[in-house]
Amino acid sequence: MDASPLASVVPALKELPAFAEGQRVRVLERAPIGHYRVPIYLRGHVGTVERVIEPAMIDNEEEGYGRNAGNRLHYYRVSFAMTEVWDDYEGSPRDELHIEIFETWLEQA
Amino acid sequence: MAHDHDHDHDHGHDHDHDHDHHAPITADAAPGYYEVMETAVREILIAKGYLTANDIRRQIEVLDSRTPALGAAVVARAWTDPAFKARLLENGRTACEELGISFYDDTQLIVLENTAEVHNLIVCTLCSCYPRPVLGLPPDWYKLKPYRARAVSEPRKVLAEFGTILPDDVEIRVSDSTAVIRYLVLPRRPEGTEGWSEAQLAAIVTRDAMIGVIPATLEKEAA
Repeated sequence: MDASPLASVVPALKELPAFAEGQRVRVLERAPIGHYRVPIYLRGHVGTVERVIEPAMIDNEEEGYGRNAGNRLHYYRVSFAMTEVWDDYEGSPRDELHIEIFETWLEQA
Repeated sequence: MAHDHDHDHDHGHDHDHDHDHHAPITADAAPGYYEVMETAVREILIAKGYLTANDIRRQIEVLDSRTPALGAAVVARAWTDPAFKARLLENGRTACEELGISFYDDTQLIVLENTAEVHNLIVCTLCSCYPRPVLGLPPDWYKLKPYRARAVSEPRKVLAEFGTILPDDVEIRVSDSTAVIRYLVLPRRPEGTEGWSEAQLAAIVTRDAMIGVIPATLEKEAA
């Protein structure tokens, strides 16, 4: 019996998320000119991918300049330990910060 | 009454009325920089045919139709219908759309469930991202820098200022909404509400409880 053609669909590279749930990621320390949706207080910090947000979406930072074709990638909901973000954090060591970050701002940690 | 009748007045109002309610509503101050810019941009967009004056009026009508009562209805449904709650936590937007709440701004919605172990709080440190389709416009304090800066750096102090004191063994999760995802907190259903109808439950769910700064309680706080 032939395999279903559905099993052999090949997705384009950009359709697949670059990071997986549970993966450790670092927020890049880029500082481009313009409007960017990644808060400065998180740049350079390391967190864990809690959830891949489907579907892939347009890079809103590019879209802001009228470039809205061919730049769909994933957002990731990333969790950071508050104690990792703030040296003098007062509270439970289990307290967390969650945020959605576009793929272009993350690297494997 | 703000004034004492026994002293002389230098104006001729009828003192049987509350003056504050009779103050004339005027807009005689010169428009500010951003007001002028908004008017100019709006007029250019209309002149160029990108949108019409009626599009803008209609959008204001859309925004005015969104209030915390919608979010409260979503929460009450989740409290009484476990299958709906599961769908809501799986995909907040499609579950709200089931109830007829449209996402005119094309945002996604993640609903965050408060439990005995985890308390969620939402903020937008960059600006004022807020689940407007289900809650309407955010309160002023949500948009101001003290809340935006402190919610992510000292959330327990911020919560305490709202009267919410959480024990250390309850984990706080602050969600900073900065791009295309919006968040809504699903508060814990208070004890003593067993057997309540959806409408009764919705009446105790406040805007602030759905932002996560207070719990839902039997005594509805002013929102």
